[in-house]
Order: sequence, then C-alpha cells, then structure tokens
Amino acid sequence: MIERKDVEHVARLTRLALSDAELERMREQLNSILAHLDTLRAVPTEGVEPTSHAVDVVNVMRDDTEGQCLSQADALANAPDPRGDLFRVPRIIEE
Amino acid sequence: MSAAAPKYETVIGLEVHAQLLTRSKMFCGCPTTFGARPNTQTCPVCLGMPGSLPVVNRRAVEFGIRTALAFGCRINDACRFARKHYYYPDMPKNYQISQYEEPLAENGALEIEAEGGTRTIGIQRLHLEEDVGKLLHEGTLETAQASLVDFNRSGVPLMETVSRPELRSPEEAATYLKAFRAVLIFLGVCDGNMEEGSLRCDANISIRPHGSTTLGTKVEIKNLNSFRNVQRALEFEERRQAQALDAGERIVQETRLWEADRGYTRSMRSKEFAHDYRYFPEPDLVPLQIDRRWVEEIKGSLPELPRAWRRRAVAQYGLPPYDAEVLTQSRALVDYYEAALHEWSPAAGAGAERPKILSNWIMSELLRVLPGDDERAIGASPIPPARLVGLLQLIENATISGKIAKDVFQKMFDTGDDARTIVERDGLTQVADEGALGQVIESVMAANPKAIEDYRRGKKEAKGALVGQVMKATRGKANPALVNRLLEDKLSQT
Amino acid sequence: MTHRPIHELTDAYRRGDLTPTAAAEDYLARIGALDGKIGAYLTVVRDQALAAARESEARWSAGSPRGPLDGAPIAVKDVLCTAGVRTTCGSKMLERFVPPYDATTVERLRAAGAVILGKTNLDEFAMGSSTEHSAYHPTRNPWDLTRVPGGSSGGSAAAVAGGLAAGAYGSDTGGSIRQPAAFCGVVGMKPTYGRVSRYGLIALASSLDQIGPFAQDVTDAAHLLAAVAGHDPHDATSIEAPVPDYAAELPKGVAGLTLGMPDEYFPDGMDPEVERAVRAAIDVLKGLGAKIERVSLPTTPHALAAYYVILPAEASSNLARYDGVKYGLRVAGRDLIDMESRTRSAGFGAEVKRRIMLGTYVLSAGYYDAYYGKAQSVRTLVRREFAAAFAKVDLIVAPTTPNVPFKHGEKQDPLSMYLNDVFTIPGNLSGIPGVSVPCGFSAAGLPIGLQVLGRPLDEARVLRAAYAYEQATSWRSRRPELT
Repeated sequence: MIERKDVEHVARLTRLALSDAELERMREQLNSILAHLDTLRAVPTEGVEPTSHAVDVVNVMRDDTEGQCLSQADALANAPDPRGDLFRVPRIIEE
Repeated sequence: MSAAAPKYETVIGLEVHAQLLTRSKMFCGCPTTFGARPNTQTCPVCLGMPGSLPVVNRRAVEFGIRTALAFGCRINDACRFARKHYYYPDMPKNYQISQYEEPLAENGALEIEAEGGTRTIGIQRLHLEEDVGKLLHEGTLETAQASLVDFNRSGVPLMETVSRPELRSPEEAATYLKAFRAVLIFLGVCDGNMEEGSLRCDANISIRPHGSTTLGTKVEIKNLNSFRNVQRALEFEERRQAQALDAGERIVQETRLWEADRGYTRSMRSKEFAHDYRYFPEPDLVPLQIDRRWVEEIKGSLPELPRAWRRRAVAQYGLPPYDAEVLTQSRALVDYYEAALHEWSPAAGAGAERPKILSNWIMSELLRVLPGDDERAIGASPIPPARLVGLLQLIENATISGKIAKDVFQKMFDTGDDARTIVERDGLTQVADEGALGQVIESVMAANPKAIEDYRRGKKEAKGALVGQVMKATRGKANPALVNRLLEDKLSQT
Repeated sequence: MTHRPIHELTDAYRRGDLTPTAAAEDYLARIGALDGKIGAYLTVVRDQALAAARESEARWSAGSPRGPLDGAPIAVKDVLCTAGVRTTCGSKMLERFVPPYDATTVERLRAAGAVILGKTNLDEFAMGSSTEHSAYHPTRNPWDLTRVPGGSSGGSAAAVAGGLAAGAYGSDTGGSIRQPAAFCGVVGMKPTYGRVSRYGLIALASSLDQIGPFAQDVTDAAHLLAAVAGHDPHDATSIEAPVPDYAAELPKGVAGLTLGMPDEYFPDGMDPEVERAVRAAIDVLKGLGAKIERVSLPTTPHALAAYYVILPAEASSNLARYDGVKYGLRVAGRDLIDMESRTRSAGFGAEVKRRIMLGTYVLSAGYYDAYYGKAQSVRTLVRREFAAAFAKVDLIVAPTTPNVPFKHGEKQDPLSMYLNDVFTIPGNLSGIPGVSVPCGFSAAGLPIGLQVLGRPLDEARVLRAAYAYEQATSWRSRRPELT
C-alpha cells in the first residue's frame, strides 16, 4: 500500500509538482496498479536469472576515434535560455 | 602523528576520479581536449538529446584494465554499466552511466611510504563512468541568481577508484594521492592535472577513540583540488570532529565542502537523506566479458612503475632515495635518465660514479629549465639524453671544467647545438698545458705576496684566493685540479 | 489513382504512367482534404516532400531508381528524430523541439529515396493504446471516426488505412504497431529486438522498443522493413546479422510449416467476433498446407504485470532528461528545482506522469528486488516458453488484440487500457518478431487482425506466412469510406 507520503517522496525524486488533488488521485491509481503488479509474487522464479539485456550480445565497443560534433549553434538551438556560449539555468539551491 | 587529540585515531578513505587520456569521450566520438570554447565539443549523445544512444570507448576500457593491473586488482570476468539517477543541471540525462554491482576491477592495493615504514593501502574497486558538464555561477553558488552550463566535459571518460578506509592521517592521505597520481601518469592513462580537474579527489573521514574497532560516523569532504588542500582539509576536519566529540556532540553523516580560502569545511547537504540513485543495469549497453588474452597483452605492455624503478635505481645504480624520488616525477623523466645512462655506460661496470653524476646534472640543471612532471616538455627537451651525455663526457675527459660546462649547458638549451660545437666555437676548451698554466701561476703569485705570506703562516684559505686569481686570469678555462697541484708545488718550493 | 501499395506505385513510375511528384501531390491533397477528420498527422512537410519527390522523379526518368522505396510517399511516427523538422513525441514537452540530427531509420529512408510526407500522431511519449493521449489531438479510426485507431502509433496506422500515406513507420514497445495495425485493417510489423537501429528513436523502454513498418500489404511491409533493418554502430544493441531479401522469400508459402496456437491466447471472455475471425484465418493457413498444433505459454497471464513494471521503470529513467535545461519546454520557477518541477508537471500528460511515478517507485530503494528484479525474472520465463514452443513449431498464430476498436473515451481506467496489449506484450518481452495482418471485420465493419510470431531474426518466415494468408484472401481490397 502506497501512502500519501510515499507519493510525495516519489514525486520529489522525479521532479513532479503535483497538486493535492493530483497526489490523491495518483495514490489511488498507483495502488490499484500495484495491486495488479503484486500478482507477480505468485510466479515461481527461484533460480531464474533476470533478463537485464534484451540481446544475447556482449563486448560491443567502438574505436577511440573522433567523430562529428554538433556546431555550437546546433547544440544551443533548442536551449530555453541560451546565453552566449552557454545554457543558463535558474539558481541552484542545495536540497 | 595525527593532529587530533591523542585520544582519537583517524580513519580516512579516498575516492579518486581520473579523466582518461582517450582521444574521444566515453560513449561518443566527441573530442576530450581541455579548454575549447564552451559547447563546441558536444553531440546528441553527450548532450542527452532525445533518441541518442551510448557506445563504449574500447580504449577507456583498456586504460581501466591497465590501471587495475598496475594496482594488482582482480579484473572481473564480466562487468556491466548501470544508470545512476539524480538531478543536477550538469548531467544531461539526469542519470550518469556508471558501474555499480559489477565494476571493471576490485581488490587491489597501493604501497606508500609513511611514518614508520611502508604501508599497503587497499583499493576496493575501480570502475568506469562518464564525466558531467561544467557549471559556472553568476557569482558564487550561494548568491548566484543563475548558473551557466558548458557540456564540453560531459561524457569524458572517468575512472573512479575507491580506497579502503585504511589511511590513518591527513598526511598519509596526501602521500597516497601523490603516489596514486604518479602511477596514473606513468601508465599514460591520465595527465594528473588537478588544477584543470583531470584528477579529482573526495575524502571520507571519521575518528574514533583509540583502540576502538568500530568506525565512527564518516563525513565526506569535497572540493579537494591539490595535495596541500587534501591535507589541510582533513586536518581541519580531524580537529572539528574531535572538538565535537569532546563537547559531547554527535557527528552528523554529511557532505562538507572545503573552503580553501577560508580554511574550513562547511556543510553541503546531509547524507542522512542519502541519494536514492535507483541503479539498474544500463539497457542501452551490453555487458563486457573481458577477454583474458587482452588482459595479458595489456599486462605485457605495462611500464616499470615508480616504486619499482626507485627500488631498482637505489639497488642497481646506487642512487640515493631522494634522487630516485625526484627522477620518478614523470615517466618521461625516468625514460630520459635511463636513455642517458645507457648511452654513457652501455657496458656494466664502466664508471661507477656516472649514475650519480647524471642524476646531479638532471636535478640541478635540467630541472632548472624544464618542469620534471611535464611528460611532454621532458619528452621534447631541447637537450635530448644523448646530447647531455656528450656534455658530461667532455667534463669527464677534462676538455672543459664543470663550471664552464654549466654555461655550455645553458647555451645548448638556448641554441639546440651540441656541446662540442659550442666549446669549439666559443673557445672554451680547458687550459691544461702545464707550461702555460705555470706561467700564469707565477705571475699571480708575484702579484699577491700577501696571500703567499698568509698561506705560509697557516691560513689555508689564502691558497683558494690564489686559485681564484688564476681562474680569473684564464677566464675560467684552467683545469682546476691542475691549478691546485701546480700551485701546491710552487708554494712548497718557495 | 494513388491509393495503391508502394510496389504498385513504383511499377507505375517505371512504366511512366505516374510520377513521384504527382503521387506526392495527390497524397498531400488527400491529407489536406481528410486529415481534419482523421487527425493522423502532427506535422506535414509539404516543401520537403515535393523536393524529395522531384529528385526521385529525376532518378526514375534516368532509369536509375535507388530501390523499391524510391519515390514512396510515407509517413513517420513523431517519435523518430527528423533533422530540421520538429519532433514532438505527441507531447507539450517537445512542442518546439527541432532535432539537429536524423534517426538512423530516417537517414536510411532518405538514402532509399523515400518521400517523407510528415510526422504522425501518437499517444504521448508512446504510452498508450488508443492515440487518445496525444497532447495535441486524438486520431480517429478511418473505418469509424467515433472509434480509436489503436496506439501508440495510431497516426501512422490511420494514415495508411485512410490513404494519407502509402506506407508508414511506427514504434512497438508493447504492441504499438501491431495493435493499431489490427484496429485499422493494415499490415503492421514489429521486428526482432535489435534488428532495426534505435538511434534517433525517442526512447520509451530501451529494452523493449523497436521500429517497424505499416503497409497496405505484406509485400510493401517486406520492402519497408528491409530498407531500415541492419546493424548500426550508433546503437550498441543492434544486431550484426545480415538482412535477408524478405520480399524474395514471400512466395515460399506455408506448406510444411508447423504453426502453434497458444491456449492462453484464446481465453474465455475474448470478443467472439475476434475469436471467430482469427480461427477462420488459421483454417485458411491449414488449407494452404500448414500443420496446426497446440502450444502452451503458461506465464502469459503474468506477462502484462511484468511489462507494467519494466516499462515504467525504464521510461521513468528515459524521461528524466526532460527538465527544461537543454531543450524542450521550460516553465519559469523561482529556482532550479522549482523550474524543473513546474516544467515536468506542465509538459507531461496524466498517463505519462502516472507511468513515471510508477517507474520511479519500483526502482526506488527497497522495492527493486520485489518489483523490477522479479519482473525481469518473469520475463526470462516468458522468453524460455517461447523458445520451448519454437522447438516444436515454426511460427505462432494468434489474435493481435482481444477486442475490436473501441469508442473514444470508452476506456478511462488505466488498467483496462493496459489490457489491450495482452497478446502483443509477450512478443516484446521476448524480443521476437511479429506481424499483424488483416483477417476480417466485425459485423459492424471494424477490422480484426491475425498475429504471426516467429523465432528471433526469422522475419522472413513470419512475413511469408502472412503473405500466404493475404494472397489467399482479399481483405486488403476493402477500404474505409472517407469523404
């Protein structure tokens, strides 16, 4: 069972600002979904390796050669607040 | 001796991040060169643009393996990358691709010289990850209304090593870092430049009552950008924690920032709300199964490391430990020394004093004009090893005096010419003609009767004054040993 | 004149009966006339399309077309990056995002001479099964405008069904190509995971996403797949195996092949019309010489739950980057955290937020093993069961969806929406290839799809069976009435 404070904690972790109404609705919906997901508990998986990679491939690496960079203009073209050469962001307050 | 009150002992662990000297970034082909105009070395991958995907740089893995071997780590058969999630504007994806449960290597060690002898400091793990961008603040971090981000550094390969908490003093921590850095430089995997940030260090420090076996609460210290600051910050922290415990306070587990200008650490954020990094295996990358043959190949190409070379230099060449320490500032300097020595003494047993003469000349003359820890500068020295040897041979066979040789050295450095050319061109050949010298000596003696009188009355220094006069008269080119002998003879004859 | 499969268009180009420019003009006109009702497109690139068409025409005139897609008027789901053309992912978060690069798939299409008409609508960030969750507008099913086209690639499916593109591309993470293909009466294929490069595909769930084609018939699907399949050094999960000539393999038929019918894909309570149509289709295949066998995939009922742990987890991670710092929407805030929170809250719709929250929760400290670890182990069971089945049979045949297209607004509850994908999700969890091919209509005239699943990298056999069925029937000649 997810409680209201769990929902608030998760929202903070993932940078979502939810209103009280949204938090409550989210809590209900997540609980009903999680109840369904809890059915996984019943599946016997002793000794079954988790799939962490979808292809049976290993050792894909690239050579240490230089490739094509974006121009500075292209890099900054979508920036919400470009300043000269840089991306500008509002002040950072430590949590 | 720990700076803390004697009733406590200090426990320190160091986490070192080293930028690897690859041409391109960890997961994309952007260049890694330092100092480029901001945001000119980026691409969709290292900017974390929608749809971009990472691909592992093989040379970064090679450098990781090389370093792991140098520290005697066990290279894991398989390793994986993992996503480490947290929000910060210098991290484009808001997760960092790092390694978590299956790092590249584990369980190594580094030997350091500490008080009371050699100590072995354990290295817990070594793994690869990507660096983050650079943040600039409009003002200081506390007062800025905004910050600015440069993503050139985002994606540069980083190698993180974590030592075991086995360092016992701030001084030891600084020594560990110096030795660690020297190994990385010798391996050619990192340039060790702490000012530019290619080598960074965080420390974890706790104190506990003497004799206690449980660890105290550890505090993480960040922003340590030089050996001196590592030591100073940890000394401050030792004192702070001791004072707190003495006053009956509890140490808070937190991250503190070292303020070098102010000489104290200040609280950054409480680690009690530890980051929930939500690690899971990176699905965009496949596991690496490290081929043992590759590891053997890399092992075979490892250079002799600083400590091993120093031991050998002392034993085999008879060098004092101090000299060996100075010479191992960089691999290029060791290579320089070895090349010169082998040029001069290809046969063993010839000239037992040559290793020390060479070492003296490098320490006092070469390192006067070139920075010993600059691989490139030493490697590109205007006086290559063979030329230095050429100069030393001229002293050895008495063609020039040691004093003149120093001038010749400077001229070699400035002009790029070899010693013989300069000596001949400038007429610096030592005067060793007994007859000619004898005449000079007689005229000097005739001009300095008081000095001779003083000498006769027992003032030995007077002889030195006469020698000085002879050297002046010959513009320094007289062979000093010969002058001494001839003068001695003449003085004893009268 | 132009609402014909791509291979017939190129035949006409070859004969000189039709030019790529005329075809492109015709499609653009149809889009102009009809897309107001259907809502398949988010962005139409008229000038670019005509420029590409003219270049294609020059090649056809010179007798040197680049291949089977040269001059083909196609649409691309707005989840694939197109350089210089805004790519929104159906979200306000990327409303003005213009990628500086092409996805590898798009690069290959341009190299093949295809004429890209525009970017199609989707459920926001590819999360959904109805294309009702786009931040812009819903897409309507050309067969019945009051009903959904399926999702998340509803725009691409509707475009092909409605004659607004001759072919299209979508992405399939849990059925987002196959399900809308079934709902819209077109062919839709999800290749083996790793067969098509994901570079430039805006990620939803990295271990599940694949790009694939929508087509009017199986021949087109074969060409559309071949043009984009194959290894890409930019994608570390892309497979190196060579790409077969899928089209050449098509006529080989199904005689001698064994087809498996999984018990679990014909559950009680599924729509009887769907069941009837699919069983009839399997009978047709039997009549063509295939042997039919029962197989069992017992973990099937748990695949949905496993998927709805894995997908949100990976999606929450992939969507962490949308924070108003480097690109996309920014809503002003008093400090960085405030800005990021406001931006993400304004930029993401309800379904996206829900899945991000769910994903963050299942990855968070203390819950990883119980949810994510567990789900990935269940996933291994699903893969093993398919592998065991494929030791007995060559292909698996089943319904694509448990239902026919439902009405807009009918499925409000998230869980009931998730149930649309029960038959397609296991294929994604296992990474195996699958196609949906039209196999009939409900009494109300709503399309029904037959799904064929195959072994990893066995697209050729999958398409061959679909082709055999298609050629023995004539569902593809029926078209929705649109004015």
